[in-house]
Amino acid sequence: MKTYKQTFAELKQAALIPFFVIGDPDFDTSLAIVKAAIDAGADILELGIAFSDPIADGPTIQKADIRAIDAGMNIQKAKDFIKKIKAYKDIPIGLLMYYNLIYQYGTEKFFADFAAAGVNSVLIADLSIDDADEVLAPAQKAGLDTVFMVTPNTETERAKRIAEKCTGFIYTVSLLGVTGGRDQLSDMIKPLITRLKSITDVPVCVGFGVSTPKHAVQLAQAGADGVIIGSRIVKIIEDNLNDKKSIPAKVAEFIKEIKKAI
Amino acid sequence: MKDKGRFGQFGGFYVPEVLIPALEEMEEAFYQYYKDDKFVAELNTLYCDYAGRPTPLYYATRFSELVGFKVYIKREDLLHGGAHKVNNCLGQGLLAKYMGKTKLIAETGAGQHGLATSMIGALFGMQTKIFMGAIDVDRQSVNVHKMRLCGAEVISVSGGTRTLKDAINEALRYWTSNISDTFYLFGTVCGPHPYPTIVKHFQTCIGTEARRQCLEKIGRLPDIVTACVGGGSNAIGIFNAFVEDKTVKLIGVEPAGRGIATGKHAAPLSAGRVGILHGTKMYLMQDGDGQILDTESISAGLDYPGVGPEHCLLKDTKRAEYVAVEDEAVLDIFDIFTKCEGILPALESSHSLAWVYSQRNKLPADTVVVVNLSGRGDKDVGIVEKNRPVK
Ligand SMILES: Cc1ncc(COP(=O)(O)O)c(C=O)c1O
Repeated sequence: MKTYKQTFAELKQAALIPFFVIGDPDFDTSLAIVKAAIDAGADILELGIAFSDPIADGPTIQKADIRAIDAGMNIQKAKDFIKKIKAYKDIPIGLLMYYNLIYQYGTEKFFADFAAAGVNSVLIADLSIDDADEVLAPAQKAGLDTVFMVTPNTETERAKRIAEKCTGFIYTVSLLGVTGGRDQLSDMIKPLITRLKSITDVPVCVGFGVSTPKHAVQLAQAGADGVIIGSRIVKIIEDNLNDKKSIPAKVAEFIKEIKKAI
Repeated sequence: MKDKGRFGQFGGFYVPEVLIPALEEMEEAFYQYYKDDKFVAELNTLYCDYAGRPTPLYYATRFSELVGFKVYIKREDLLHGGAHKVNNCLGQGLLAKYMGKTKLIAETGAGQHGLATSMIGALFGMQTKIFMGAIDVDRQSVNVHKMRLCGAEVISVSGGTRTLKDAINEALRYWTSNISDTFYLFGTVCGPHPYPTIVKHFQTCIGTEARRQCLEKIGRLPDIVTACVGGGSNAIGIFNAFVEDKTVKLIGVEPAGRGIATGKHAAPLSAGRVGILHGTKMYLMQDGDGQILDTESISAGLDYPGVGPEHCLLKDTKRAEYVAVEDEAVLDIFDIFTKCEGILPALESSHSLAWVYSQRNKLPADTVVVVNLSGRGDKDVGIVEKNRPVK
């Protein structure tokens, strides 16, 4: 199974990491979209399992969560989805989730089962480094990499402790706020990348608000090892719900554009 | 963070990284000021002159005759704003002022916490935004109007189930984008640490007064103390002063809505599983995967799928007992109690009165029960009229 380490070592530019909510707008369309994204040049996938109360997400991903849940998405189907993706191509997959779904499944069992399905890491949006103990052992036991978030208001000492616990990459939040497309990159992100680069060798991948090829280029130039694009891509799905068949090609087109830019 | 904010296995601070510095700042400020002489003196003056503390402990003569034992009412309904919420809002509002924050945000269900926050925003000259589920904006329109009159902006939340839970989601999201100048004035003993501890502290005046008043009036402690439980702030506020008094039974009353068996309720202590939402580990209404379930209660203030972590511990250790009463019993008691005493109880508080009524002629005549009447029912007359038209 392809690791983050191999992927970052092979890449000459910043990794392109699209985010999708599994099963948005429905299982089959979602599968076609993610496959198209892989073909278009995605280096790593960031996948979310929909939660009823996503407090770190803006309206675009909230709506995607609702679409997925309404279309019948659940934990078991999410696992099947990941297996199907891995059967299509051996690409590293990071899960981005809310804690309750994992806690209800049983944390240890969740990590083990999803590792077996082909996931490389599980990032929990509402679990900070202060409670890392609850997930580090299960992750290690399952052979998964660990990923935690750093935000622009994280103090350097704390950022160091977070970096020490990350084996995959540091999920670097570009702004103070929730997910969602933005016209401009926050002016907080470049100093944050510089700060992280001075304290750690763990790859720095930047997400939240990254929306255009220009943003991706700016981040890559600032030293980011990967760019995570979520809401902007999910918006393509939202905007084309009346013609679902057209979505995979449209998503692929956007991803190619970003890929070319970086 | 200095503390983990745990109550046994419950509590904690399960939040996105971006909120950690804000919670740390709040925890630090709270520990710095809550025993500070100047802060305490200023808060006590506000409790007394602005809110109307101490509130009376009233012996409900006719209601006592009806149920066959002695019922004392802790009159939080007489407070400014009409509910216990002002205790917490004055405390946190003053803390915000000491921290140099200039803006307040809050979630609200029944509108009582939103109203109390709006009052305090006006009092301290702070810009105030209130997040409220669209359904609640509808069913508690009088309070919405009052909030706006106080100068607050009321934001109607149309996502999710459009009730208290979604108002909290939206307030948390807004806070992550505005943490530097904005204080999130949380309304109950839920949410991430340090809120359960802070809110308990500022509500404990209810119990401290009630305990003293019992000793003065009756010469002994009560046998039972009861309160309704939404998030659990009015209940913790009165329980906390009696927790060490092992002879005093503590009864928390949850909303059983249309009946626990129907699933249409908001009673996580009666029918929930341990889970994590809004930054805390607690009993929670959820499906098998852990998706949060819709709740239902005639009282907007109790319509929440979770419950304060300390209540979860009090339940597990059996120090407190939690029961649930249905909407129909709540509507019955609203009428019975108002006709007996000439006091309109909030539909939230009516839950604890309904439990007391369910015990009629079952307890010895010299039993002393203290009911925390957390709020007044003026805001609910429309709902009551709709369900039980006066002929
Ligand atoms: C009068 C009244 N009582 C009780 C509650 C429930 O809150 P808590 O359980 O935190 O006391 C509310 C909430 O809005 C209320 O307005």
